[in-house]
Amino acid sequence: MKVVVDFDLCESNALCMQAAPEVFEVRDDDFLYVLQENPPEELRSKVEEAVRRCPKQAITLEG
Amino acid sequence: MIGAEPHLPYDRPPLSKDVLAGTWDVDRLPLAAVGVDVHDKGIEWRLGVAARALDLTARRVELEDGSAVSFDGLVIATGARVRMLPGQPDLAGIHTLRTLDDCLALRADLDATPSRVVVVGAGFIGAEVAATARQRGLDVTLLEALEVPLQRVLGDRMGAVCADLHRDQGVDLRLSSGVDAFFDDGSGRVAGVVLSDGTTVEADVVVVGVGVVPNTEWLNGSGLVIDNGVVCDETCLAAPDVVAAGDVARWPNRRFDEVMRVEHWENAQEQGAHAARRLLGDAAPYEPVPWFWSDQYDRKIQLAGRSGPNDEVRIVDGSIEERRFVAVYGRAGRLVGVLGMNRPRPVMQYRQLIADGASWDEI
Repeated sequence: MKVVVDFDLCESNALCMQAAPEVFEVRDDDFLYVLQENPPEELRSKVEEAVRRCPKQAITLEG
Repeated sequence: MIGAEPHLPYDRPPLSKDVLAGTWDVDRLPLAAVGVDVHDKGIEWRLGVAARALDLTARRVELEDGSAVSFDGLVIATGARVRMLPGQPDLAGIHTLRTLDDCLALRADLDATPSRVVVVGAGFIGAEVAATARQRGLDVTLLEALEVPLQRVLGDRMGAVCADLHRDQGVDLRLSSGVDAFFDDGSGRVAGVVLSDGTTVEADVVVVGVGVVPNTEWLNGSGLVIDNGVVCDETCLAAPDVVAAGDVARWPNRRFDEVMRVEHWENAQEQGAHAARRLLGDAAPYEPVPWFWSDQYDRKIQLAGRSGPNDEVRIVDGSIEERRFVAVYGRAGRLVGVLGMNRPRPVMQYRQLIADGASWDEI
């Protein structure tokens, strides 16, 4: 699976970081960094949770 | 799925932000647009028809059109509706904001570039509408009945920070100002409001944002306990095989030792999922740290936990002057809340500390 973030939409609410800290990190500059663009399958449910919780619908999952 | 609104489920937060501003198209709002499978063959939609009554013995929901739907399990998620001002007249140009239709009606009036917009109530919805209208270049008067906006949630000091945010953007903010009456232009359109001190403010658009009321009237006489919402146990159960979730549900959140009803977007999702699991037999207590955000101008305000007006408040990051800070709230030796302005990362970290039961001394 591939994580795609639309950074025009992302407002760094940081809910994704709470759901899947292995994949998403909002750093001290208040920007979101994707730590793994192709996370392993065992993180799927966490990443799906992050997709669901994003208030800006900025995250999509391919594959 | 039974719903009073004619639309399939949609996302409400953009209604006071991006959609009202005109920067988002309404086709981004349906939950179907974010991967919720509304066409799942297992879901039958009954839209545009409200529930009228609940018969717990017969396990049946009666609808306004006279039909009835029987159930094995019931999720009550009838939400809340906007509160009106006492004596609020039915005039063109007076708006409330809750539904997609409300938003489109208000947006059409803003598109017509009114000479002044009055917003009644400087809570989060009122503040967002004021910010959006101001960013559209309109003259805005924001009225608040309290001495400080958001006083009961944020306290005096942080409420004043939010007040200054609007003043600096050129909003005419008037505190301790209730609305006594509306006046019209003689042809059925609002022309302004009369304040409690007798002064008048002329406006061709008035938006009333004075909170919401849970939709529980249809449950009167059903046997469920109704008290500012559907009263549930700590697992969201209201009666055998009946659960409630979202704005309409009131339940004891053990984490805060408080019976609460939460009107936030995230809670609607989380409690909905929790309530569904409860119906399926998982009796875990629901004990979230409530969280929400509000976008006003170029500031993102985030609040987690249960802050109150009498809490101790401490700035732990950034500064109020640069409007980029984190304030934490302490009560009875515990960390109970965190407020952030353009500081999402530490808000989430403090939210976790609240969940972990952190003491005030260790902050």
